[in-house]
Amino acid sequence: MSTAAAHPRTGFSRDAEPYALHADDRASIEQEMRHYEDPRAASIGALKIVQKRHGWVPDGAIPAIGQLLGISASDVEGVATFYNLIFRRPVGRYVIKVCDSVACFLTGYEELRDEVCNQLGVGFGETTVDGRFTLLPICCLGACDRGPVLMINDETHFDVSPRDLARLLERYP
Amino acid sequence: MTADTTPLTYRINLVTPLDIRDYESQEGYAAVRKALKEMQPADVTRLVKEANLRGRGGAGFPTAVKWGLVPMGEGAQRQKYLLCNADEMEPGTFKDRLLMEGAPHQLVEAMIVAGYAIQASRGYIFLRGEYVLAAERLERAIAQAQAAGYLGANLLGSPWSFELFVHTGAGRYIPGDETALINSLEGRRARPRAKPPFPQIAGLWGKPTVVNNVETLCNVPHIVLRGSQWFRGLSQGKSRDSGTKLYGVSGRVRRPGVWELPFGVSAREILEDHAGGMQEGLELKCWLPGGASTDFLMPEHLDLAMDFDTIAKAGSRMGTGLLTVVDDRRSILSVVRNLEEFFARESCGWCTPCRDGLPWSVRLLAALERGQGEPGDLEILEQLCRFLGPGRTFCAHAPGAVEPLQSAIKYFRHEFEAGIAKPATLAVA
Repeated sequence: MSTAAAHPRTGFSRDAEPYALHADDRASIEQEMRHYEDPRAASIGALKIVQKRHGWVPDGAIPAIGQLLGISASDVEGVATFYNLIFRRPVGRYVIKVCDSVACFLTGYEELRDEVCNQLGVGFGETTVDGRFTLLPICCLGACDRGPVLMINDETHFDVSPRDLARLLERYP
Repeated sequence: MTADTTPLTYRINLVTPLDIRDYESQEGYAAVRKALKEMQPADVTRLVKEANLRGRGGAGFPTAVKWGLVPMGEGAQRQKYLLCNADEMEPGTFKDRLLMEGAPHQLVEAMIVAGYAIQASRGYIFLRGEYVLAAERLERAIAQAQAAGYLGANLLGSPWSFELFVHTGAGRYIPGDETALINSLEGRRARPRAKPPFPQIAGLWGKPTVVNNVETLCNVPHIVLRGSQWFRGLSQGKSRDSGTKLYGVSGRVRRPGVWELPFGVSAREILEDHAGGMQEGLELKCWLPGGASTDFLMPEHLDLAMDFDTIAKAGSRMGTGLLTVVDDRRSILSVVRNLEEFFARESCGWCTPCRDGLPWSVRLLAALERGQGEPGDLEILEQLCRFLGPGRTFCAHAPGAVEPLQSAIKYFRHEFEAGIAKPATLAVA
C-alpha cells in the first residue's frame, strides 16, 4: 500500500508520478555513459539532460535515471540535492544567477542584487508569479575583472550596472 | 607577446580561438610529436622536475613529484587517469577561464603530453558547469585533435593510446578539492576522501590518478619544446620559482584584468603598473594575494615578490596569484562576512567543525557588522579560527576559510571591537 501524501514542507510526494525517460534523453544518457568506466559517473550528466527538457528534474525522473544507470534512486537523489545547478523544484523560464562572491561584492553586487529583487519582486530562491524568472545566488563566476557578473540561463553578462538591468531583462521574454 | 616570453598567452584569442590548422602553424602539437617520437615518459617527468614547475591551482606542489608517485612500467595498471582541475571557483580567480576560452588546443595538447608522462589511459577535463563557452570550445578542440590523430589508439604510431573527455560539473565549490573532484567525477556527492591512499595510488575508480590545474598543465608543452633552462630563466631571477604566472587584479582599481608576467614580480608592479592603481579617490586598505582562502596582506606588503615562499613568509599564501583589493571605503567586517558566507554555504557538511563552525562565524560577523555584537564575540571568533584550523577538519575547506578571518582580526581588531554594542548606561543612584 502506498500513499501519495505530499511532504508537508516541500510538497514532494514519495510516490512519484510514473515517468518515462524521453527516447532522446535516454540515448543522450547512454552516450554519456560510454565516457566512463562506471555508469554511475553519468548521474550528474543524466540529471542535466533531463533538466534541459523540463527546466528542472521531476520526482519521477530520479528512479528512472537510477534504473538506467543501475544505481538506487536514493543515490541519484543524493547527487541531485548536493549540486546547486540541479533543480528539484520547478523554476522559471529563465534562471538568473547573481554572483555574490568577494570580487563582485567589492564592485557593486549589493546594488545590483537590490535592483534585481526590486524589479522582479522576488528574493533569492523564488520565482516570479508569471513563471518567467527564478532568482538564485551563485559563487564566483571567474570574471572578477568584469564584475558585477550574472548569468541568465547559459549566458553570462559582465559589468552589469543596475541602470542597464531593465533593458537586459527585456531580452528574456 | 612571444612564445619565448609569454608562452601561455601568446596564442590567446578570445573572439575566435585558433583552429587546429592555425594552432599547428604556431608550434601547436609540436610538443606531442617531440615527446612521443624523441622522449620516454620518464624523460618528460625529469624535464618538468628540472624546470621546477609548481602547481598553479593554489598549493604550489611540485608537479613532477606528484607525477613521480604514479606506478610506472610493466607491472603498473593499464588504466590510469589524468584529470584536469578546471573547476575554477576560488572567489577572485579568473585565469583558467581565459586559458580555456582563448586557447583550448593548448590545454588539449598539454593533457596529451602530461598523459604520456604518466602513461595515462584516459584524461578528463573536469570543467565547472557554468563555463559553457569553454565547454563548447574544448569539445571542438578535442574533436579536431582526434581527427588529426593526436588522440585515440596508438597515437602517432606509438604503442600508447589516450582518450580525452570533457566532464562538466553541476556546481558547488568543494569539487575543487582533488579527492572531492574524484568523487564528483564518479557521480557521487562531492565530499573529500581521506588520504592516504593518495590519488596517484588509488584515485578515480581506485586506479592511479593525477589531478593538475589548467594553468599548471598548460606550461608542460612549452617546457618540452624549449627545455627546463629556458623555463627557469622566465622568472628573470625575481624568484626561486620558475616560469611565468597569470597574475590579475580585481576590486576597485582602474584597469582590472589578468596578465602573464615573470614569476615573482612584486604585488606593487601588478597593482600599479598593470592594473593602474586604485580608482580615483580610493586608498588601498588590504588585499588577498590569491583567492578567498588566503590571508589578507596590507599595503606595506606590496613590495613583496608574488611567489610561493615570499608570500608564505609574510603570513599568507600566494594561492592562485590573482589579487583581490579592498578599498578604504569598505568595512572589513562586511568583506569577511561575505567571505565566510561563501565558505559556510559551500561546506559539504561532512565534518562538524566546518558544517557548524562556519555558519556560527557568519552570525557573529553579521552582528558585529550591524554594531550589535556582544562582549566575547571576538574571542569566540578567535576560538573558531583555532577549531577550524589545519588538522581539525577533514579537508582544507575550513582551514582556508579561517585564513581571511584570522588575518582580518590581526590587522583590523579595532573594527571588530567597534562592532560590539555598548552596554546601556546604568543609572547610578
